[in-house]
Amino acid sequence: MITYLIRRILYAIPILIGVNLLTFALFFVINTPDDMARMQLGMKRVTPDAIEKWKQQRGYDKPLLFNSQAAGTKKLTDTIFFQKSASMFIFDFGYSDDGRSISREISTRMFPSLVIALPTFVVGLLLYITFALLMALFRGTMLDIAGVTVCVILMSISSLFYIIGGQFLVSKLWHWVPISGYAGGMDSLRFILLPVLIGIVSGIGASSRWYRTIFLEEVGRDYVRTARAKGLSELRVLFRHVLKNAMIPILTGVVAVIPLLFMGSLLTESFFGIPGLGSYTIDAIQAQDFGVVRAMVFLGSVLYIVGLILTDISYTVVDPRVRLQ
Amino acid sequence: MKLLMFIPLFLLGACDGGLWNNPYPANDKNVGDKGQSVFYTVFTERPKHLDPAQAYSENEYIFLAQIYQPPLQYHYLKRPYTLIPQAASEMPNVVYLDKNNRPLPASAPAEQVAYSLYEIHLRKDLKYQPHPAFALNAQGKPEYIGLSKEVLSKYYLLGDFSHTGSRDVTAADYVYQIKRLVHPAIHTPISGLMSEYIVGLKDYAVTLQKAQQVMQGQYLDLNKYALDGVEVVDAHTYRIKVYGKYPQFAYWLAMPFFSPMPAEADQFYAQDGMQQHNLTLDWWPVGSGPYYLSENNPNQRMALSHNPNYSGEVYPNEGEAGDREAGLLADAGKPLPLIDKVVFSLEKETIPYWNKFLQGYYDAAGISSDSFDQAVSVGVGGEANVTDEMRKQGISLSTSVATSTLYMGFNFLDATVGGDSEKARKLRRAISIVVDYEEFISIFANGRGVSAQSPLPPGIFGYREGESGLNHYVYDWVNGGPKRKSITEAKLLLSEAGYPNGLDEKTGQPLVIYLDTTATGVGSKSRLDWLRKQLDKINIQLVPRATDYNRFQDKIRRGDTQMFYFGWNADYPDPENFLFLLYGPQGKVDKGGENASNYSNPEFDRLFEQMKNVPNSPARQLIIDRMLEILRRDSPWLWGYHPKDYVLHHSWLHNSKPNKMANNNLKYLRIDDPQRDALRKQWNQPLLWPLWLLGISILASGWWLWRILRKREEAR
Repeated sequence: MITYLIRRILYAIPILIGVNLLTFALFFVINTPDDMARMQLGMKRVTPDAIEKWKQQRGYDKPLLFNSQAAGTKKLTDTIFFQKSASMFIFDFGYSDDGRSISREISTRMFPSLVIALPTFVVGLLLYITFALLMALFRGTMLDIAGVTVCVILMSISSLFYIIGGQFLVSKLWHWVPISGYAGGMDSLRFILLPVLIGIVSGIGASSRWYRTIFLEEVGRDYVRTARAKGLSELRVLFRHVLKNAMIPILTGVVAVIPLLFMGSLLTESFFGIPGLGSYTIDAIQAQDFGVVRAMVFLGSVLYIVGLILTDISYTVVDPRVRLQ
Repeated sequence: MKLLMFIPLFLLGACDGGLWNNPYPANDKNVGDKGQSVFYTVFTERPKHLDPAQAYSENEYIFLAQIYQPPLQYHYLKRPYTLIPQAASEMPNVVYLDKNNRPLPASAPAEQVAYSLYEIHLRKDLKYQPHPAFALNAQGKPEYIGLSKEVLSKYYLLGDFSHTGSRDVTAADYVYQIKRLVHPAIHTPISGLMSEYIVGLKDYAVTLQKAQQVMQGQYLDLNKYALDGVEVVDAHTYRIKVYGKYPQFAYWLAMPFFSPMPAEADQFYAQDGMQQHNLTLDWWPVGSGPYYLSENNPNQRMALSHNPNYSGEVYPNEGEAGDREAGLLADAGKPLPLIDKVVFSLEKETIPYWNKFLQGYYDAAGISSDSFDQAVSVGVGGEANVTDEMRKQGISLSTSVATSTLYMGFNFLDATVGGDSEKARKLRRAISIVVDYEEFISIFANGRGVSAQSPLPPGIFGYREGESGLNHYVYDWVNGGPKRKSITEAKLLLSEAGYPNGLDEKTGQPLVIYLDTTATGVGSKSRLDWLRKQLDKINIQLVPRATDYNRFQDKIRRGDTQMFYFGWNADYPDPENFLFLLYGPQGKVDKGGENASNYSNPEFDRLFEQMKNVPNSPARQLIIDRMLEILRRDSPWLWGYHPKDYVLHHSWLHNSKPNKMANNNLKYLRIDDPQRDALRKQWNQPLLWPLWLLGISILASGWWLWRILRKREEAR
């Protein structure tokens, strides 16, 4: 397993270089360093000298990928791509265009993102699985049909509607929680309750339907029939046997996203004023802050790779027949 | 279910006064201690810079103007906008000098004036906010300057430094800041402009550039390098020497660019290890104003607290007519500031912002288009007032015309719409007539705007009300008001321009005009459709070319446009700051200036040079009248409109008066805290029945499912 893990980590390096190159290319196809400077310097009284100075101070005055003026390896290393990318592999993300340390921003914003994403994920997962198992339990009955109909309705509604509707009903009309904002410590409960609730409700439709399909596939198998024949109650059959055997497809979708919980949610964080990584990313895209965008894409890629490795490991936990070689 | 039952207990326990939806926890000392008067407001975009040498936008000035004290400021109540001393003890004494540095009389013509010498006397009671940069150790040496990177690695916030200090503000600090305007590591938006005026600043920039190359990124001590045009006379007096006659320089002295900057602060933040922890002068200002930045979390909340070292300023005891009746002089003579703390919360979305204002959690708010109808009713005569719903809550409305102009420019370099031929002029005028800006304001700005008759907005010297200020090329004065000229007249002009019925008389092809715009969103489509319809009235085909901001800027820079949307927000209330947008030597393509239309008219340019040096007087008004007549005739812009700002405020907020030039307004505001607390409680009592209904529903559903399951199991 150790060999397997080392191999996967080594595979990750070219993938990360590729992702980085792709981000770089996509970003600079749309924006030139001059555009970035103008975006940062504003509209009024921006002179060509000011643009040159801005680029020089931030290292954007070099060629993008290949420096024909330089000698030897500097042809590749004295470029924007190398200068901005190499340090990321030791997780030194540098500074954003407004001069703030990106690593520090990530470390302070990660927690608010997690505070929303983790309960949404955990409670949501439990609720979706329970709801899906109940639909499987009552399969073919009016309850099952009603459940599926509710799921289809829920998944057809835009997540923005859940947010605005939730804020209107829960915060504006009923005055239960603040409409938006964030606080640390125990007080954060009042602020995260609504976004977590909305996150869970907006995910019920799609997730529960998916899990129901998985469970229905399982309930037709021989071992389920055997369990029933042995006289086990329907609940025990479902929660003890069907659930356990349906874990592989569930884990495939679930474990891979666990590390990505750190990255936060773009929409929820923006609407609820949560100072997390989701809103950080969206602000950086709007401000054309390449430093932050590349750092967040890089971090997202790393976390995704970690998620995939964790998924592989989780297979060995739930199914002893799986071996990582 | 148990968890559900506990939620209300958590909510109750978490906040003060039983208000579950209160976004300001009482136990959070960052949002105000008991007994403190706190003003709650928002910021919608995180500021990019809080360094007074770099900041240049409104969302930055809302913080900086409360923290720093430039020599001058605008009178809070008087209109037209009037400069008064702030850090200065009196208005600057200006002496004109000839090329041999000999004094000239105040009435000397601009051609004879080689230099203007501004002597500024500072108040002697100015003192900096408590800050670790001023902290001294037992030996009287700076405690936190000259620390190693290892030592600094444990400091993440200014509060982590256990000691602070302060000192008097001196003239040397103001001089130091002027030198910072050309610091090689800082981008100052006005460095180019000021280098043209302040004697020696251009050379000083070169000197610093060379010095920094030698220093290799180490702290550059500006005090070691002298600047010719700026001189410290004594501890509380300094002089600035500018080239020629430049009366507008006084306005710049009211902007944060000319605030005092203690060299210790610069040195403190320049230490290796500070920037890695976001401890920079750009994020943690060091000022002497009424407030200091006590919380700086631009991702969530920023707070200003009363600077304990600030004193010596009182609420004004005179204003304009009607101010006394409006209660704006009730606090006359009281020491400022009147509130102890200002809490700014980040609100990017308009819906939560608006709802929190209605719940009483923000003391004042702007009005978005979504909530306009809920907030404002427009009377038959066009007067705006709050709706009954708002009035019941005690909310009132204040409106003011912004000192800005939003216009559509013609590119003078374009072969079709540009140039100073009579035909091109007539084409531009025809278009000016058919684009009905009154309709635009009514449809797209909820009536919040005033059609522009020239680049000058109301409140700026040179603007004329009524018929004398009318653009006679586009409007007629009918029944005591402006009336847009008819489409027939526009068609006639178009025909005279060589496009009868919208067809090119030479080729017979329809006239197609391209509009460059950054409006690419879904919401912009209706505006562009409307505009297309306007030009369609005279059979001109309008083709909008929607593009992103960068491409748009690029096109403007290269002069690759025909028509474009643009705007300008005043730096200072002087006509020069608007008319320079059409001054030939400011041409965007040739000179990289601010004249995006690349308009050039020798007579206008000559008059501009004359006007900018003349103080506000009937003589200056006459020059401006002549300039505006030239502009209206040439029509380089569709003059567009001047937006009107609508601000709502609750009944507990006092002394609020829109002032579009001054940003240091917070010190004048007063809050009736007991009234606010009482009304917040009244408006935000939680509604409990849905919670009980939800709990009972969940219990009932669970019990019902359990029964069905039991029956099924029994049946097996």
